Amino acid sequence: METRNLICIGCPLGCPVTVTMDGDDINVTGNTCPRGADYAKKEVLSPTRIVTSSIRVKDGAIARVSVKTKSDIPKSKIFEVMKEIQAVQVDAPVALGQVLIKDCAGTGVEIIATKTVERV
Amino acid sequence: MSGLQYDVTIIGGGVTGAAVARELSRYQLKTCVVERAEDVCSGTSKANSAIIHAGYDAAQGSIKAKMNVEGNRIMGELSKDLDFAFRRNGSLVLCFSEDDRPALNALYERGVANGVPDLKIISGDEVRAMEPNVTDEVVAALFAPTGGIVCPFGLTIALAENACDNGVEFYFLTEVTNIARIDGGYKLSIKGKEDITTRFVVNAAGVYADVFHNMVCEDKITIIPRKGDYCLLDQEAGKHVDKTIFQLPGKYGKGVLVSPTIHGNLLIGPTATDIEDKEGTYTTAGELAEVTQKSARGVKNIPYRQVITSFSGLRAHESHDEFIIGESAEGFYDAAGIESPGLSSAPAIGVYLAEMIADKAQAKKKENFIATRKGIPHVSAMSREERAALIKERPDYGTIVCRCENVSEGEIVDSIRRTLGARSLDGIKRRVRQGMGRCQAGFCTPRTMEILSREAGIPMEEICKNQPGSEMITGEA
Amino acid sequence: MRQHDIVIIGGGPAGLSAAAAARKAGVQDILILERDGVLGGILNQCIHNGFGLHTFKEELTGPEYASRYIDMVEEEKIPYKLNTIVVDVNKNREVTYINKEEGLVTIQAGAVILAMGCRERPRGALNTPGYRPAGIYSAGTAQRLMNIEGYCVGKEVVILGSGDIGLIMARRMTLEGAKVKVVAELMPYSGGLKRNIVQCLDDYGIPLKLSHTIINIEGKERLTGITLAEVDANRNPIPGTEEHYSCDALLLSVGLIPENELSKGAGVSMNRITSGPNVDDCLETEVEGIYACGNVLHVHDLVDFVSQEAALAGENAAAYVKEGQNRKKSHKVALAAENGVRYTVPQVLNVDTMKDTVTVRFRVADVYKERYIAVYYDDKLISRKKKKVLAPGEMEQVVLKKSSFEGYPEIKQIKICTEVE
Repeated sequence: METRNLICIGCPLGCPVTVTMDGDDINVTGNTCPRGADYAKKEVLSPTRIVTSSIRVKDGAIARVSVKTKSDIPKSKIFEVMKEIQAVQVDAPVALGQVLIKDCAGTGVEIIATKTVERV
Repeated sequence: MSGLQYDVTIIGGGVTGAAVARELSRYQLKTCVVERAEDVCSGTSKANSAIIHAGYDAAQGSIKAKMNVEGNRIMGELSKDLDFAFRRNGSLVLCFSEDDRPALNALYERGVANGVPDLKIISGDEVRAMEPNVTDEVVAALFAPTGGIVCPFGLTIALAENACDNGVEFYFLTEVTNIARIDGGYKLSIKGKEDITTRFVVNAAGVYADVFHNMVCEDKITIIPRKGDYCLLDQEAGKHVDKTIFQLPGKYGKGVLVSPTIHGNLLIGPTATDIEDKEGTYTTAGELAEVTQKSARGVKNIPYRQVITSFSGLRAHESHDEFIIGESAEGFYDAAGIESPGLSSAPAIGVYLAEMIADKAQAKKKENFIATRKGIPHVSAMSREERAALIKERPDYGTIVCRCENVSEGEIVDSIRRTLGARSLDGIKRRVRQGMGRCQAGFCTPRTMEILSREAGIPMEEICKNQPGSEMITGEA
Repeated sequence: MRQHDIVIIGGGPAGLSAAAAARKAGVQDILILERDGVLGGILNQCIHNGFGLHTFKEELTGPEYASRYIDMVEEEKIPYKLNTIVVDVNKNREVTYINKEEGLVTIQAGAVILAMGCRERPRGALNTPGYRPAGIYSAGTAQRLMNIEGYCVGKEVVILGSGDIGLIMARRMTLEGAKVKVVAELMPYSGGLKRNIVQCLDDYGIPLKLSHTIINIEGKERLTGITLAEVDANRNPIPGTEEHYSCDALLLSVGLIPENELSKGAGVSMNRITSGPNVDDCLETEVEGIYACGNVLHVHDLVDFVSQEAALAGENAAAYVKEGQNRKKSHKVALAAENGVRYTVPQVLNVDTMKDTVTVRFRVADVYKERYIAVYYDDKLISRKKKKVLAPGEMEQVVLKKSSFEGYPEIKQIKICTEVE
């Protein structure tokens, strides 16, 4: 049986959570909401993260548009995702929510713009 | 002329070099200034007490005394002609015990003998009536009404710009590596660039003056970098005292002072530590603590929590405690060992050496010498009407970039476009005060970098804080 | 002189939320003055997520959160001016601003809402010894350069300060290919959210050294390295614990200071602990008709609470403008922050005229485990709530009900404090 103490990152509260794993049997205690239990299970089995970064914009009012992975991606793929994001340049205008990369680093997850950048 | 490039080459673009350049530019002499850094005012001239001393401190009859008193005398008019900030706030030298009275009196006598006007010895109570924050320990003080505070960057840059307007050429990032005597003058070897040949040389090289003097002269001198650490406090503390408050001098210089600055901050310091490294402009914890400790002796309730920055400057101390000014070898003029009262003396040194050189060269005065210079308008200090009119003409004066010091984009643009325009962030800072406020350039840095990049055509990756090697960013993300 | 009912200084999250609330409360004539070229304030460069869980029940990035409020302002057609900096506010609520198009202008405000946010504490204020090379940045400046302009400030990074900005930048720089060698924190606890320790430091194996500070900075033109040392209980460096790190960038996340130059100019009384104005339950300062909210009032951790607070300021400013001098406030009672509670906002409650509930926000002075937050009316204990963990980096709140004051007509003081068992 394995026990791990985690801090849940589901929201800014950061509840300390304890996960015990006995083969396939996983038990979570210490969470103050259901998302905490979900997070803890996921974190020990297949940890994921949302990645936020910025993409170069051509002819925009600012040089970079902030972006994020539309949903969480496997933690192990963070740097691969980053590499792909860094290689891209988009043309202004960019709309908030616009998909800038369809399937990033084979994760099946989109990279979307999190702000609007006007064209100059 | 014998085919030499210049009549006079001045080594060093600090306040002394700039003052000599400005005075020489009155004459029909082809003059240039060679400066190692990317801008004028990059050495000691940018890191000092910013005091225009009254002149009681230098030894009686010394060149220091003579230059100090004369420099002080002409500073008022010069500040109007060349448009830099200067104010005679008056100085106080605090005496802490009756046992030290003789020393205080001696200082007074010396001042009188040196020609310092209006000196007075006042009682401890009179001091405290003038300056309520002076401590109770003080029993008496020397009061010198002619003491003043100046913007050292403003003074140096004004002198340099005026020299430039009058034909003096300035070379930056130009380091002299050797001086050799040639027929009719000297040949200066320059690192990575072509030689400069010149009839006369003026050595105004600050802490490096010994290096150049010793290349040419038989007798050798030694300049010891005397490091002084300072703390600068927020403008909220700027009225804590009004006069420049000294402590009766000890073995090493004038002791720790507490003074308002011309821009409304409070300055405390300096320490005096002799070091070997001529590039050693680092502060140390011990010296910063010393500044705090010593300042409290004379002035109480200093709000140390309001420190916004600290810095270190190197004074060029020559072992005989005296300026070395004059022709030290045929056609080679020293302005060496210019430590305190260097800033105060610079204009007088400029006049003295320029006259000496012009006399030797039998040079005639220029007919069209431009005697005045207008600085960059400080928009936030203007009246509402003036400001409105300025913004109408130049909208970029209506965009504030530095929030702490209220500096507009227009002023920053001016600082880059004008004579001897800034090419680095520190250069802009010294010309218009951007980045000198309480957030210490935290807010305005990205915008200022963009403006400099745009105006001077410098790619962002090459924008430097000062010299090449001080690039602000490492590249695109 | 032009007149506006409500003038809001700052178009960041506080200003935007105040504007939306004031409009909702029925005031038409509102003007937002913003110094940047866009609305949104600091959120524009906070491209990470964690915003909006309370307000929108979604986890948004900073720019997304800002856009929700900017959309409200645009939809409601609330007027705003960009690239416009306010240079003066006086106690008569005359507001002077400056911009390219109009030059210097003074307008008369019915009410002013201060929403100027805060600035970062610089290296200079720490008096860290050493050289003054290029490569030293406050974390927010580095964040702006990276996220808006797209520039990297260094390749080998040391971060001083474990507040959220420092932690977020540790991750950001790592993702952009820099090596973040260490995050040093003066205090024995981190100033940031626990979740950020996990997803910004632990995820990337970046060490956090608590009770450490920087005692020397090397490099004349450009930073080449720093020296860390452990500190004792008095936060003085312990000799012999020095460690050298080579680096070309030092990011400082050593404190945020509310930007109150304008407030002081208006004669607003300032609180020594928060560095923000003293306010009452209406979030009105001691100068009539001048309100404050957001980071300029006290530094927040969560933008959701900024929005809540600012909405209240907007509502109250609207009420003031509509009711004018007839508006009553009575039975002013001071709040005292004691025994582990560093400050409260508001500092004063008008017991008779307060709304049904007032949210009192506060911070504690140290990390406390298994303590109670207690509320006293004079000497009478009113409520006690046990908290597993209280930390200075996490703002707390208690809600006071108007009805609870009914039994205390002579109340002189409300005390908020922590208590051990």
